Amino acid sequence: MSFEQILFYVFSSFLVLSAGAVVTLRNPVHSALALVLAFFNSAALWMMLEAEFLAITLVLVYVGAVMVLFLFVVMMLDINIARMREGFAQLLPIGIVVAVLMFGVMYQVYNGDRFAPGDMPVPTPHAADYENTRELGLQLYTTYVFPFELAAVVLLLAIVAAIALTLRRREGTKYQAPEKQVVTRREDRVRLVKVPSEARK
Amino acid sequence: MVALSDYLTVGAILFCISMAGVFINRKNLIILLMCIELMLLAVNINFIAFSHFLGDSAGQVFVFFILTVAAAEAAIGLAILVVLFRNKRSINVDDLDTLKG
Amino acid sequence: MTESLHNILVAIVLAPLIGSILAGLFAGPLGRKGAHTVTIVGVAIACLLSMYVFKRIAIDEIGVFNQTIYTWLKSDGISFEVGFLVDNLTAMMMVVVTFVSLMVHVYTIGYMSHDEENWPEGSGAGVNSYQRFFSYISLFTFSMLMLVMANNFMQLFFGWEAVGLVSYLLIGFWSVRETAVFANLKAFLVNRVGDFGFILGIAGVLMYFNTLDYASVFAVAEQHKDLTMNIWGDEQWSVMTVICILLFIGAMGKSAQVPLHVWLPDSMEGPTPISALIHAATMVTAGIYMVARMSPLYELSETALTFVMIIGALTAFFMGLLGLIQNDIKRVVAYSTLSQLGYMTVALGVSAYAAGVFHLMTHAFFKALLFLGAGSVIIAMHHDQDMRNMGGLRKYMPWTWGTSLVGSLALIGAPGFAGYYSKDSIIMAVGASHLPYADLVYVMVLAGVFITALYSFRMYFLVFHGEPRMDEHTKEHLHECPRVVTWPLIALAVPSVAAGAVFVSSMPFGDFFDGAIKVAHEHDTLAHVGEHFHGWFSMFLHGFVALPTWLAAAGVGTAYYLYMKRPDIPAMIERKLSLVHWVLDNKYGFDAFNQGVIAAASRGLGRFLWKVSDLLLIDGLVVNGSAKSVGLLAAVTRHLQSGYLYHYAFVMIVGLLALFGIFILQ
Repeated sequence: MSFEQILFYVFSSFLVLSAGAVVTLRNPVHSALALVLAFFNSAALWMMLEAEFLAITLVLVYVGAVMVLFLFVVMMLDINIARMREGFAQLLPIGIVVAVLMFGVMYQVYNGDRFAPGDMPVPTPHAADYENTRELGLQLYTTYVFPFELAAVVLLLAIVAAIALTLRRREGTKYQAPEKQVVTRREDRVRLVKVPSEARK
Repeated sequence: MVALSDYLTVGAILFCISMAGVFINRKNLIILLMCIELMLLAVNINFIAFSHFLGDSAGQVFVFFILTVAAAEAAIGLAILVVLFRNKRSINVDDLDTLKG
Repeated sequence: MTESLHNILVAIVLAPLIGSILAGLFAGPLGRKGAHTVTIVGVAIACLLSMYVFKRIAIDEIGVFNQTIYTWLKSDGISFEVGFLVDNLTAMMMVVVTFVSLMVHVYTIGYMSHDEENWPEGSGAGVNSYQRFFSYISLFTFSMLMLVMANNFMQLFFGWEAVGLVSYLLIGFWSVRETAVFANLKAFLVNRVGDFGFILGIAGVLMYFNTLDYASVFAVAEQHKDLTMNIWGDEQWSVMTVICILLFIGAMGKSAQVPLHVWLPDSMEGPTPISALIHAATMVTAGIYMVARMSPLYELSETALTFVMIIGALTAFFMGLLGLIQNDIKRVVAYSTLSQLGYMTVALGVSAYAAGVFHLMTHAFFKALLFLGAGSVIIAMHHDQDMRNMGGLRKYMPWTWGTSLVGSLALIGAPGFAGYYSKDSIIMAVGASHLPYADLVYVMVLAGVFITALYSFRMYFLVFHGEPRMDEHTKEHLHECPRVVTWPLIALAVPSVAAGAVFVSSMPFGDFFDGAIKVAHEHDTLAHVGEHFHGWFSMFLHGFVALPTWLAAAGVGTAYYLYMKRPDIPAMIERKLSLVHWVLDNKYGFDAFNQGVIAAASRGLGRFLWKVSDLLLIDGLVVNGSAKSVGLLAAVTRHLQSGYLYHYAFVMIVGLLALFGIFILQ
């Protein structure tokens, strides 16, 4: 067993185990942390597949941003875990049956005649000066430039949508209203009162 | 040497686990979202494995787009979750049956 | 030279159209005087330019003008175009159409001057009816010009339908009268039957020739002579016969041949000027013109020619008989129109196209004259059209009397008048024909001459001679009509007398229509007759010894005897031959048959389709039924819609598994 294979089995067994933990752990916080672990392991697998840029992106974007967001939300919400776990024991067998069935089917597909992954030639490793980032960048900014722009718009939309959904005005909060301040006139602020002078006694 | 089928098998196992997760955690919306992230991850592993073995970087470009969409989806999904919790004081799927026919 | 003719032709067509649009759309601002001025100017321009074109084409002989003006669309190698084909035939038709139209325009000023009396108080349709009428007749002139000047079947069909539309609008012009509405609907529906055949004929041409252009169709017609087609069963039909008969069915509708003639007498519900213009002089002759124009096709099918001849003879004879018993002055003229159209059709049938078209021209003049004369009488009689209330009008209306007499003499074919030359040419051509049944047809057209004279002079005597039979009030007001009425009468009387003698040597017996009309050598009856033709004067003299003239004279004599000397005899004949009178009075039962059988069957079919097909099957079963079944299904399946996310996810996964399963098992 080569070193590469050992690495592969280590990472993939951690990946599968942490994925199992995500779906079975009681506490959602633990689940989220297990998911982080899963992401780390798959990043390592991607690294082995010479997809360095995406592996780093996965860690930065998912572990660094998305999973933090998950943790944030989980901790922010006051969730009744006990109620959530109702029926866990009864549903577990069904879940396992479905998963096994699905895996059987998928395995059939992989190992059938259609894909025949065994026949796939082993790729030659890239030269030392090969840059995955450069290669991906070339693709993204030439062939896929329009989809790339679209992806940017999708992200922008996600930002706007997330803010628009969660933004709310609380009662009693005080805001400055610059547009009103600008158009203020003297009469609104100053009231001149004429006080008749009284003769001295 | 690690064969293509090994990577594909890992992807398949990951996908099946997350699918089972959808079933057994069917009440907890947050875990459901995490399961969806896991499924996308499984798909991404397949993409990258094929990309590597076919020597075609287009597969990685697709993963890039999937990551983008998945991030957007997570952001909006969580935002909806927050709004939902604010209105219902619960994220239990059993309480969400307004679409009932 | 051609270029200037191009512009002139476009101007001829557009001048009446512009007049019509102005009068129709700007009726209010233009007013009555403005409306009749613009339309008359438009038609006068068209008339003068037509005469110029006639001079250039027919007299200077600068050659045939055949040019596409505008290409509408091209599809699959077939182009739909607007184009003009102007040869001697077209030029003649243009002059006839625009001249009669101009006369009718002028006459209408007088006839319609009190049109507001024809509408009930406060009727919305009565507003600006005068302007609308002028707009319609100008539109008609435009349509008719498009029809006769067409160089392709598409434009022919456009003109064909456009004149039909205007005819419909004008028959029902007084739309508050129930009889007028009935008559225009009838005209429209009967014409639909004819047009159905016509468009099938055009489709046949398109199918076998793959072009709609006259010149290219005629050029290759000869090669299609022996083609056959399968309509149903195993029987083979000659393509030419089928196409020609289908086209002729269109002509039967438009030119009112038996059995599609029923609309023409009823169309007299319209104002008299249009009876003169559309239903006597021009539109109804469109069918004759069309067949003459298609002569290269008709010459290839003897069957079709025989069919045309027999239909024409039936119309000429039996419709003439009906004229004998009518009391409405306009209906007498209408039946005489039918009968004369029959003569023209007979001429087409025996391949004497030139004679048919020649008769078309002379008939246009004298029939328009007779109609306008009748209209003049009707004006004087305060719109009473019953001849039994007339009589002795000669001394009150000298101009109308004189011109009507000229028209009647021309109609019966008195030697020297226009009708004599044209009708005699036809009769001689029939005598020379070798088609089957030609002998029988010859007898029928000869008998027709006698009948024509009888009913024409019955009308003439009843209206202008004898004792006045109208009531005192009408009698006090009897007077000659204004000049706008009498001048067109005089202007039409001139060609009614002279057109025959002037054109007889060139049109039927000369080479006037060479190139426009093609006659196969073995059918050339006119050439056969022409061998004995030695100029108009000798024909005029020959008229005094020929059989038709004596038959006509006998008819006049009989009419004089029956209606002037012994008015009791007609009543006695009516009693003695009550069965015959009953048959004639019911117009051979065509109307009863149409209404009792065809119309009733159509209504029955319509009611069946409405009640059973539409309400029960489509509305009930298909539309409401599918809605109901969807509703039922939804009531059951709504329980699947639990609203729980995990149920949907479960269904998705099961679906995914199933798809995978299919993928593997394939």
